[in-house]
Amino acid sequence: MKVLVPIKRVIDYNVKVRVKADNSGVELANVKMAMNPFDEIAVEQALRLKESGGADEIVVVSIGPSQNQETIRTGLAMGADRGIHIDASHNIEPLAVAKLLKEVVAREKPSLVFVGKQAIDDDCNQTGQMLAALLGWAQGTFVSDIKIGHDKAIVIREVDGGLEHLEISMPAVVTVDLRLNEPRYASLPNIMKAKKKPLDSITVEELGVDVSPRLTVVKVEEPVARSAGIKVADVSELVNKLKNEAKVI
Amino acid sequence: MSVLVLADHDNGQLAGATLNTVTAASQIGGDIHVLVAGDTSGDVARAAAAVAGVAKVLIANGNSLDHGIAENVAPLIQKMASSYSHLLAPATTTGKNIMPRVAALLDVMQISDIVQVIDANTFQRPIYAGNALATVTSDEAIKIVTVRSTAFDAAAEDGSGASIEDAAVGSDAGLSSYVKSELSSSERPELTSAPIVISGGRGMQDGSNFAMLEKVADKLGAAVGASRAAVDAGFVPNDYQVGQTGKVVAPDLYVAVGISGAIQHLAGMKDSKVIVAINKDDEAPIFQVADFGLVADLFEAVPEFEKELG
Repeated sequence: MKVLVPIKRVIDYNVKVRVKADNSGVELANVKMAMNPFDEIAVEQALRLKESGGADEIVVVSIGPSQNQETIRTGLAMGADRGIHIDASHNIEPLAVAKLLKEVVAREKPSLVFVGKQAIDDDCNQTGQMLAALLGWAQGTFVSDIKIGHDKAIVIREVDGGLEHLEISMPAVVTVDLRLNEPRYASLPNIMKAKKKPLDSITVEELGVDVSPRLTVVKVEEPVARSAGIKVADVSELVNKLKNEAKVI
Repeated sequence: MSVLVLADHDNGQLAGATLNTVTAASQIGGDIHVLVAGDTSGDVARAAAAVAGVAKVLIANGNSLDHGIAENVAPLIQKMASSYSHLLAPATTTGKNIMPRVAALLDVMQISDIVQVIDANTFQRPIYAGNALATVTSDEAIKIVTVRSTAFDAAAEDGSGASIEDAAVGSDAGLSSYVKSELSSSERPELTSAPIVISGGRGMQDGSNFAMLEKVADKLGAAVGASRAAVDAGFVPNDYQVGQTGKVVAPDLYVAVGISGAIQHLAGMKDSKVIVAINKDDEAPIFQVADFGLVADLFEAVPEFEKELG
């Protein structure tokens, strides 16, 4: 069984993002980039499936400029077998990403697609669901546990009130949540090995997908900053302020 | 122009986030219809019909729609879509699961998690965990939008009573089936809609110490939350989590106890009206956003706080 893992290159989660002075977006120049943390969890889950004998090949795919090959190499160093880079210059919206991935699925014929539930840059939370819709596949979203059977899988979803168990038919798209696993670090020998693993590059045009944006970003702004208030001396002053000044209790 | 709002519900009750979504719909303008899909009694539909501003409630009642199975609900909305200029859903786990599937079926790019309606085509939404706000505009014939409930007031439930009509249920795609839920039961208000939230962090040291917060919560009618650190340490279940990767809350009063104030936590609570921080480290970043900060040992301050509340 083959598992496809789409991975996105985003600003590293430790970096404090800065809005550009002209409000056209956030500053990406000279900013540390990394694999979307939710996608790392997806890669890890695919690796665990392979290690337990449940999968035989893991293919990672990333869409973006040539630098995305670094992100693919990270996935390969974690243990994925093969990489596909879809060369695309500009920022591609989730709907177009899903269409590109649909073409990759048609070529690769995986039984499962594991993908992060959302990217930490645009916070859209759309791609996995859209891909499942375009393929006519089952979807298991926000998944914190998964058991793969022969042609079905049981997923545990993190929903607002708690957890939901769902049985999904395979092939399926599974979007992974934070608590599914803790991704491994790539060891130095594996980083060296990853350099020799196959990485194909294809273009958006070869896949025949129209990726022109549907939405226009009018502007990007800093949120209004909250300023620090006052320090109170003790609990009774706190309660007094909350009762008489803020009037919230 | 007319707006279809997908109701979030548990078959028995209309989820509060639906009311906030109706408010967003009314800011867009036009007739507002609410779709109640599920294996539902009429209660949810009647509750939806009583929401101010709702013109019509469509009820799709069928076993295949139960528990909001996206593979079955999405085609239903797809079929109805041509009558609407906008399709809205609360950005709850139900809305977030279903709407992108609808969007892809309709070949529309969705606008997720809006916090402001600027005009019928233009919306503001947070990106980078709320560290930036993007204003985006859509030329799509149908706008598909999920709504962050804490950014909009709840619509009143004193409407004059909208008409209720049956909608076609559609067939079961046979792709997914519901097995069971493990829902946390609590007598306290729901975290995302509670007027007061008291949350504990790593400083709580142990899950049993959350009992202190619960006592305060019971006196204030508050919900109890937690930081990711407290959840990861196993003090409390995951659905307590407030933050970028948990729930986004914006209560009238948020009390952060033993929470340092990591960016990921702030993303989930910084829109609260009044923030109180209790922490023994006076350098903790939480104090930079707190209206009232108390530098104290929480194990002394919290019981005292509870006592002071009378």
